[in-house]
Order: sequence, then structure tokens, then C-alpha cells
Amino acid sequence: MPSPQRRSSREKYTEGDGTGHRGLLFSAAPSEKYRMAVIMINCLLTGVGGQGTVLLSRLIGAAAMERGLRIRGSETIGMAQRGGSVVSHVRMGENIYSPLIPRGKADLIIAFEPAEAARTLPYFSAEGTMLVMDRAVRTVSAVYDSKAVLTFLQKKVRNLLVLSGETLIERCQSAKVLNVALLGAAVQRELLPFGMADAETVIRSRIPAWYQELNLQALQIGADAVS
Amino acid sequence: MEKKMLMGNEAIALGALRAGVRVVTGYPGTPSTEVLETVAAQKAEGVYVEWSVNEKSALEVAAGAAYAGARVMVTMKQVGLNVASDPLMSLNYVGVKGGMVIMVADDPGPISSQTEQDTRQFAQYAKLMVFDPSTPEEAYEMIADAFAFSEKYGRPVLFRSTTRVCHSYATVEMLPPLPRTIPEGFTKDNGRWVIFPRLTFQNHLLIEKQREEQSREFSSYPLNRLEGSGKKGIATGGVSHTYVKEVLETVRESYKLLKISAMPFPQELGLEFLEGLNEVLVIEELDPVIEQQLVRLCGLHGLRVTVKGKHSGHIQNAGENTVQSVQCAIHDFFGMSGEDISEPEPPPLPVRPPVLCAGCPHRSSFYAVKEAAKGKKAVFSGDIGCYTLGNAQPLDMVDTCLCMGAGITVAQGIHRVSPDTINFAFIGDSTFFHNGIPGIINAVYNQTDIVVVILDNYTTAMTGNQPHPGMGKTVSGSAVEKVSIHEIVKAIGVQSIERVNVFCLDEAIEAVKRAMEGQGVRVLLFEGPCIAVDKGKSPLSIAKEKCTGCGICVSKLGCPAIRMVGLGQPRAVIDPVQCTGCGICSDVCKFHAITAKEVIA
Repeated sequence: MPSPQRRSSREKYTEGDGTGHRGLLFSAAPSEKYRMAVIMINCLLTGVGGQGTVLLSRLIGAAAMERGLRIRGSETIGMAQRGGSVVSHVRMGENIYSPLIPRGKADLIIAFEPAEAARTLPYFSAEGTMLVMDRAVRTVSAVYDSKAVLTFLQKKVRNLLVLSGETLIERCQSAKVLNVALLGAAVQRELLPFGMADAETVIRSRIPAWYQELNLQALQIGADAVS
Repeated sequence: MEKKMLMGNEAIALGALRAGVRVVTGYPGTPSTEVLETVAAQKAEGVYVEWSVNEKSALEVAAGAAYAGARVMVTMKQVGLNVASDPLMSLNYVGVKGGMVIMVADDPGPISSQTEQDTRQFAQYAKLMVFDPSTPEEAYEMIADAFAFSEKYGRPVLFRSTTRVCHSYATVEMLPPLPRTIPEGFTKDNGRWVIFPRLTFQNHLLIEKQREEQSREFSSYPLNRLEGSGKKGIATGGVSHTYVKEVLETVRESYKLLKISAMPFPQELGLEFLEGLNEVLVIEELDPVIEQQLVRLCGLHGLRVTVKGKHSGHIQNAGENTVQSVQCAIHDFFGMSGEDISEPEPPPLPVRPPVLCAGCPHRSSFYAVKEAAKGKKAVFSGDIGCYTLGNAQPLDMVDTCLCMGAGITVAQGIHRVSPDTINFAFIGDSTFFHNGIPGIINAVYNQTDIVVVILDNYTTAMTGNQPHPGMGKTVSGSAVEKVSIHEIVKAIGVQSIERVNVFCLDEAIEAVKRAMEGQGVRVLLFEGPCIAVDKGKSPLSIAKEKCTGCGICVSKLGCPAIRMVGLGQPRAVIDPVQCTGCGICSDVCKFHAITAKEVIA
């Protein structure tokens, strides 16, 4: 089978910003450094309805647009939002057709929950990174061994970052801003095509004023958690 | 040009405003709802927007406005089109003056629907033009064309979108507004607007002639596209086109690609596509509409082309397409070896069916009826809304669910054959206004023994809390007189009506018991606000020392905020993040272990 014409996600790093520093696409002066260095990033967000994946996907999309990237994506809206598994696809870059990420092409998976992380593994690219919050969402009908799932993920995913949900909630003083804390972690690890300043800008422009401070704090707490 | 990140439904709304739409009506239904909401949120001058009580009313209001020369749009989901089909079938014969676009969202999968019907198929049946965008940015531009074609031919047109277009989003470049005309107002026009058999016959002839013209015109319509060359061809449309493009990047062999975005089927373009081909693969969702048209062309013109698709079993008949499913079909078509897609097996993962939210008043209502009817032979007919989720364990309180408003009438039919059962029918407030009232009149008139439980949570919850006639406000924010469900039921002649606060569990159970003892039509008006609108109180907690681990709170209510922990000595715990303090679990707990946090401290 002929190989895809599109460049692989690995190339985007080697192209980088010309410094040869893998992954360090955006340090001091972001606007100069991102430019067209990143060809395509596929980011998949997953969680349980009500955890805030939709808002997070919008923040990521908006921040990527601020950087001049085209975006395309898809959300779970409707009945599944009532406590079901939800997945948001965010694709950033040029020549993207499908709103859904093809299997094996997700460069970054941000999972709000271990079981949901495991469910999306078929989408995961072997060179990608997975960010997982360890806090299991269990209900009467959804009981499972989250430790076993995390062990499984550790075996299967080379670049796995596990974040403690309880610690994040304690530091953020709210579970409602965990989505933004995860954004902070992803930005800090340079897994998205924009920096902290861009993330702060979109929080200021897209989140109601009375709620911004809590979210900005959460962004920093998430970043600190992976520094 | 300004670029915006828009959801497909937002793009459709802004595209319609750009095209000068003046009246927008609709009824909420996933995945169509955000179109009308976006139009309303723009508060554009001179644009009237309403949530109508149902799709039929919405279409008729819009038809009147289109008779008077305004550009109008009606929004609904695919099953809503069934409700609106009576006026729509006739309207095509009568015609319109102002451009009329009926935006219908189909739901392959289905993800949030009762059926996998195909509105393109409906368009063929109703002899209507239909537009089928594949992306938000295409939808933004295409809807202006839809208005123009509607006006050109004087017929309503369908604008069919699907979930993955409605709920996907993309970078969309904003275009300048199009020139608009002032509607001239209604003119009587010698009975043009009155449908009669003679008029229908004449217009039927005209419609058939117009459909031939439309097919010719759509052969050169830029969004119906033919590209490439070769002996193999792929035909597609809608969101499947994006999956096809994604996959074709991996194909080196030459091919022709036909994309169909507007129908009646462009026959000349179709023939150009088929010319010189040996075989065709048709990739579309729902019904094989493009496929049938290609097969038909081959028959009409004696072409020896093999058409592969749903009829031949190469594309699945049910469910949505994905990049993966399209890749398998295309690689197979080109004789490319399939990728090894063996996946590592994870440990057992939880199943997460959608459930009623913590603090949902419906949980309390279902529990009250369940307790009262314990040991009795009872059938519970449900309806469309959040409360359909009452079917899940442990509540298990929905025995039937068919379509909007059917619970009340289905219950009556069951009662005619099984008179020894107590027949309960559940219906929500918005569904009551949509289609529930005739069912209650039917029961009163025909003297049926049923208990109708109206679950009034003061909103249209499932689709995201849209206003309805009982709420005293409209989509544009105006305060209006509330239409009282209680007064309507009384006026119909129901003798036994009780209003109950559903969060007073004991009172609710007693009210159900009283209703069960009565005869004729009995209505229980269960009132309690939706938790998505009324944010609730502070969370409750379970006192460790008082909880015996009996598990009744978990096994009877199925609240997502309560679960059992501890293997040796199990006890129940409440998730403070999810709990809204509704207090139903504390009523259920026999050991008074569940209280507000403050009390324990």
C-alpha cells in the first residue's frame, strides 16, 4: 500500500522551529515561532457527559485559530451528554477533510477518565501522547477496576502522563474547571500548537467574566502539575 | 475576510441570515436545535424567530410568511419532518413566493433519534429539491443557493444536513451579506393559495417539468462536482465526501470522483461520470439514494457499469460511516490489502448508558409511581424526552416509547385489550404542548381508564432547555402569558387532576395511589424544575456511622451521584460534585443516614 502523502506527525517536530529542539515549538515569542511549523495536530478529548469536553475542545480550537491554523472537529451533543461516553475531535492544520480523526492518527489524547482513555486507544497514534486523569467516574451501572485500566494504558502507551484528579480538584477547589487544568498541562508539555498566553487569551474571550479567574488559576495549576 | 470557528448549525444560521431570511420557525430536536437558537441569538433587525409548538405549526407559520413574499426557514430533526409532512406535501403543489428552506437534520447512527430515515428519500417522494452539505463552510454558502433556487422555481426546498455536519465545527470565512428585497406582503392572486384537485393536477404537470429543468441545472451547479479520470469511479455526498477525500489520499490508482450536493439527481453530470467506467462504488449514509439514481441511469442508457454500494452489500445499510469504514470499502474496491487493525484488548470497561441527571425531578416521579403501583398489574407508556431514560434499571419505568405524544394514546389501546391492567402514560411539558393534548381529548371523549402523568420540569430539557408555551417566555426573550397545562386539562373535561411537588416523595406516592383507585381519565401534574435550569442546593452526605450498607438508595434510585464503596463492609457514598441536594435519597433511606452536610457538622 502506498504510504499516505500527508506528512506524519513526527515530521512536524523535526521541522520544529528550526532550532532542532524537538517539540519546543513555542518558547519566548510564540507568534514568530509557530508559523507553519506544525502541519497537522489531531487532538482527541474524551470523558463522561458533563465533564466539560465540549468547552475544552472549543478553547483548543479557538486558540489554534488565533495562531492562524484552520480547524475542524466534531462533538458529542444530545442524549449521550447525560452521563454517557463523550468524545470531541479537534483537528488543526491544513488539508483536513474529515471532522472525525481517523483511527491511529490522534497525536494527543486528553482523557478525563481512565476507562474513556482506554476506549479511545484505537484512535491513538503510536508516536502520540496521552494525558489521563486518574479519577474514575463510577456509577451504579458503571463499576470497573480503574487501576487495572491504568496499568493497561501504561503498558500500551509510550508517552503517557497520568494526572491525579483528586490533587487537581483540591488545588483548583472545584471539579468544574478540571477541563482547563488539563489544558494547562497539555500546553505546558507543548503538546498543542499554542502557548500559555494564547490559552489565557481564549479563556478571557470565551468564558464568562465571573468564572475567568477560577479558570485561569486552573490553567496554571494544570501546568504546574506537569512541570 | 473575517474567519470564525463555527459549528455546522451555526454556519447554517449565519448563512441564512446572510441570505436575508426574515422568518425562522422550528421545533427543537437533536441535531438541528442550534440553528434556530443561533438565529435568535443574533437578534438581527427585521428577523422574526419562534419556537413553534410543533413542526407542523412551524412549517405552516413559515408557509404563510412565504406566501407574503418573505424568505423563511423552518428547522427540525428528521422525525419532525414526519410531523410536518402533511402541510409540506400539499405546499409543494401550492408553491411559495418568498424563498422557503426547510432545514432537516438527519441522524445516521442513530445517535439521538428514533429512526434512520433519509430526508433525501423524502425529497424524492415529495418531489422537492434537496441540498446536502458536507461541511459547515459548505453549508454556510449552500443555504443561500437553496433560497435562490426556491424562489426561482416557486417551491419549498429541503436542506438536509446530518449530525456530523450539524455538530462538527470548522473555520468558516464570513462573506458579505447578499442583496435583499422587501417582501411585498400577501396578495390574493385569484385563488393561487387555495389547494383544489384541479389546481393540483395542473401543478403536478408543472412540478414534473420543473424537476427535469432542475436536474439539468444541477448538472452544472458548482457544488455538484466531477473530478478525475479512470475506469473506476466513486460517487458520494454529504459528510461521507470528507471521509472519501481523507481515504483517497492513500490511493495511487486513477479514479473519477462524483460528489452530489443537490438533487433532483443531475442526470447529465451522472452520465458524464459513468462514461468510460467499468465499476462504481457509491458511498453514502442512510438510504442508497445516489446509488439508485446511478443504477437507473445505467438501465435507461444501456450502460454496462457495475454499481457497488448498499444494494451489493459493499456498504453497510445501517449506522453511520466513518473514515475507517470508508477506508475498508475503498481499499477493497481498489484491491489494496487491508491494514492490520487488531486492537489490544483492554480490561473490562464500564458501559455508560445515558442516565437521568443527579437531582432530576423525573427520578422522583418514576420512583413515586413505582412505589405506589408495587404489586399491581400496571403498564407504563413513555414518550420522547429526557424521561425516556426512565427505562433504565433500576427504575425500569418505560414499557413503551414510540414518537412524540404517543404514550397517552398507546396506553389507551393497551387498555382496550388488557382492561385488567392499570395504564399509566408519562409525558413531558413540551411534548404535552407538541402533540399530547389531542391524546387526552381522545381519552376523555372515548371514556378510557388511564392515568396520565405529566412531568412538568418547566423546560424542553433533552434538547438543551428551550422555552415552550408553559414557561412564560419566548426564544427572543419576551415575557408572555403562560399557557397553563392545568387549565388545559381542566378545560378538556378531565375530572380528576392533582398537582404534586415531585420532591415531596410521600405526597407524590399518596397522590398516585389515589389516582389508581379512580376511574376514567386521571391526570397527575408532577411539578419539579429541571436541574439544568434550577441549579439545586448544596450536596448531601451520608453519615458513616448510620449507613448500614443496605444499598437501598443505590438500588432503588439509580442516581449517578450515589454509589457503594468498601468490599468487606460496603457503605454508600455521595459524590459531592454531582449531588444537587434534591433529597430524594434521604427520603428513601430507612436509617436517616443521608442529610445536608451542615447538619452533620
